[in-house]
Amino acid sequence: MRHTLSVWVEDEPGVLSRVAGLFSGRGFNIESLNVAPTLERGVSLMTIVTEGEGQIIEQIVKQLRKLVTVIKVVDMNHSDCVEREMVLIKVNAQDSYRAEILRIVDIFRCKVIDVSHAEMTLEATGDSGKISALLSLLQRFGIKEVARTGAVAMRRSLRQEA
Amino acid sequence: MRLKGAQVLLECLKREGVETIFGFPGGAVIDIYHELPGYPFQHYLVRHEQGAVHAADGYARASGRVGVVLATSGPGATNTITGIATAYMDSTPLVVFTGQVPTQLIGNDAFQEVDMVGISRPCTKHNYLVKELENLPKVIKEAFYLASSGRPGPVVVDLPKDVMNAEIEFYYPKHVRTRSYNPHTVPNSKQIKKAVEYIRQAKQPLIFGGGGVIASGAHEELTNLARQLRLPVTTSMMGLGAFPGNDPLWLGMLGMHGTYTANMAVNYSDLLISVGVRFDDRVTGKLDTFAPNAHIIHIDIDPTSIRKNVAVDVPIVSDCRLALQALLQELEEKVDPEQLSGQYQPWREKLGEWSRTHPLTYKRDSETVKPQMVVEKLDELTQGDAIITTEVGQNQMWAAQHYRFLHPRSWISSGGLGTMGYGFPAAIGAQVAFPEKLVIDVAGDGSIQMNIQELATAVCYKLPIKVIILNNTYLGMVRQWQDLFYNKNYCSTCLEYSPDFVKLAQAYGAEGYKVTRPDELDDVLRQALFSPNTAVVEVAVAREENVYPMVPAGAPLNEMLLV
Repeated sequence: MRHTLSVWVEDEPGVLSRVAGLFSGRGFNIESLNVAPTLERGVSLMTIVTEGEGQIIEQIVKQLRKLVTVIKVVDMNHSDCVEREMVLIKVNAQDSYRAEILRIVDIFRCKVIDVSHAEMTLEATGDSGKISALLSLLQRFGIKEVARTGAVAMRRSLRQEA
Repeated sequence: MRLKGAQVLLECLKREGVETIFGFPGGAVIDIYHELPGYPFQHYLVRHEQGAVHAADGYARASGRVGVVLATSGPGATNTITGIATAYMDSTPLVVFTGQVPTQLIGNDAFQEVDMVGISRPCTKHNYLVKELENLPKVIKEAFYLASSGRPGPVVVDLPKDVMNAEIEFYYPKHVRTRSYNPHTVPNSKQIKKAVEYIRQAKQPLIFGGGGVIASGAHEELTNLARQLRLPVTTSMMGLGAFPGNDPLWLGMLGMHGTYTANMAVNYSDLLISVGVRFDDRVTGKLDTFAPNAHIIHIDIDPTSIRKNVAVDVPIVSDCRLALQALLQELEEKVDPEQLSGQYQPWREKLGEWSRTHPLTYKRDSETVKPQMVVEKLDELTQGDAIITTEVGQNQMWAAQHYRFLHPRSWISSGGLGTMGYGFPAAIGAQVAFPEKLVIDVAGDGSIQMNIQELATAVCYKLPIKVIILNNTYLGMVRQWQDLFYNKNYCSTCLEYSPDFVKLAQAYGAEGYKVTRPDELDDVLRQALFSPNTAVVEVAVAREENVYPMVPAGAPLNEMLLV
């Protein structure tokens, strides 16, 4: 099963290699990995999407917690969370394709962020299902380049009962 | 107090109560060595950095204190890696200081540069590259705390040469503050209650102790638990000495070369009380058939050990000693020991029957010395009152099987990594920690040659270690596997040429003895053991003797090959 782990780490040299090395050394999978600073100085948030059975995921979480530079690990699958990923797509956009591409841009609420005679670069945000759907629709025009950020996730706020 | 980096390092070590350093100098640490004579440390100059780490490891295992190593950059640092990995697998507390090229040269492929933090990352509990001298005191404080707390392990501190030459106003922090690392040491009381309930229900319970019992100093609690309820006890190889080997409740070690009784006990037990163990493959055999009838209570300080290999009914993340104390207290309130002990009586009788019908044994011979006989003789002559270190292979298994360990920290052997060449330098460390004790390295003719250069260290510091080489002119354990599972294809396992160990010992300034016949053994061993000098005893043993019982790799524990 696919799990999204939020991992808060000390922002110091080598912390990425400790986490990446843990996954490679123990044969765990990384589907995507995203790192960026948080509001707290010296703390970064890694979002790791991984795949595995329950016992494997339990080991991954425990092993991550065992790293001295890891502050906190949350398995986002255990709670209701929102998950988004951003993608940049450079697609073939000859004149005859443009209208259709722009329609897809509209439907998917993406943005055109760069354009030339023959190409368009699109920016899209969404969960991984949406990104995959978008890529598959654009495929027929010819996708020249793709850059994905990997997922980031956040727990939903508690809703008050009406 | 304004100090240079090298002085800061040594001052910090002094404040940590360090007395002993094992090391080897080089260009990148010359500044540290320059300051060393001004500090009250006993520095042991080894002949190879691997020897330094194993010696510090042996020192740590024998004494329970943190072992300290100092090595230079590049090859000095890489030479420490096997020792560090050995300590990591067996959870030995070490702090290893390595030199590094000056910070401005890092990454430039400078002379004797290696990315030590990168290389040692997967085999250390944590590691540091200290780029600013201001951070050094805090790093050292943390390093000692990390090495010795929670599940102990080795920590590497990499020290660039320019940092050792910089100056600061010295300040040593009193406390360690880490927001991420806080080992959980106290047991959950609900789980303790649950464990007691399982113990009450059990008919065929078994205590299974490991290295964690020794690391946490829980041997007394373990022994009390066993004796109060008359629970039979087995341990992993790492747990030898956690329970007295002469107690009637002792079944012997379990696992690949465990006793018949211990392995059968695991197979038939309905409750495995596992303390400070990690269910290594050498212990469990085939995982799906391990302890098939047992509920499992698992006490361990490391949460990753729990449910890593086997499913557990009662997980207790805790210091073993504190958990056993809590368990004993709960038992005292909830159970009648006499009644429970009676409940287990048929089980003990069954185990007793197995011990009688399938004791640990070997075929004796009046013409050739059997290696098991040598260990038995050592046991007889020392009465459990020695520190036994071993190399790795058959020598290690025979020592583990045939010596009766009575005290914790009297058995020092590389379990997890299985490092040949460990035992002799580890004996140096143990002897340094306990100058008055008899320290014996049970070695093979293969393993001893992996760190034999340390004879110079032993002789130089007048350490009266005894090295008993069981010489079968083979890399015996591999040959045994070739014999049993590879059609006797003894490829590259025959050591056709070895040096004359007696002359070699003498060349180093040690005493050298040789035994070729069983009737010489007693005399020669007595002479060597009671000599005040470093002594090497080469015993020509039966060449193709195998270690039995043996559970073939990947087989269930109850499928043992017997003598």
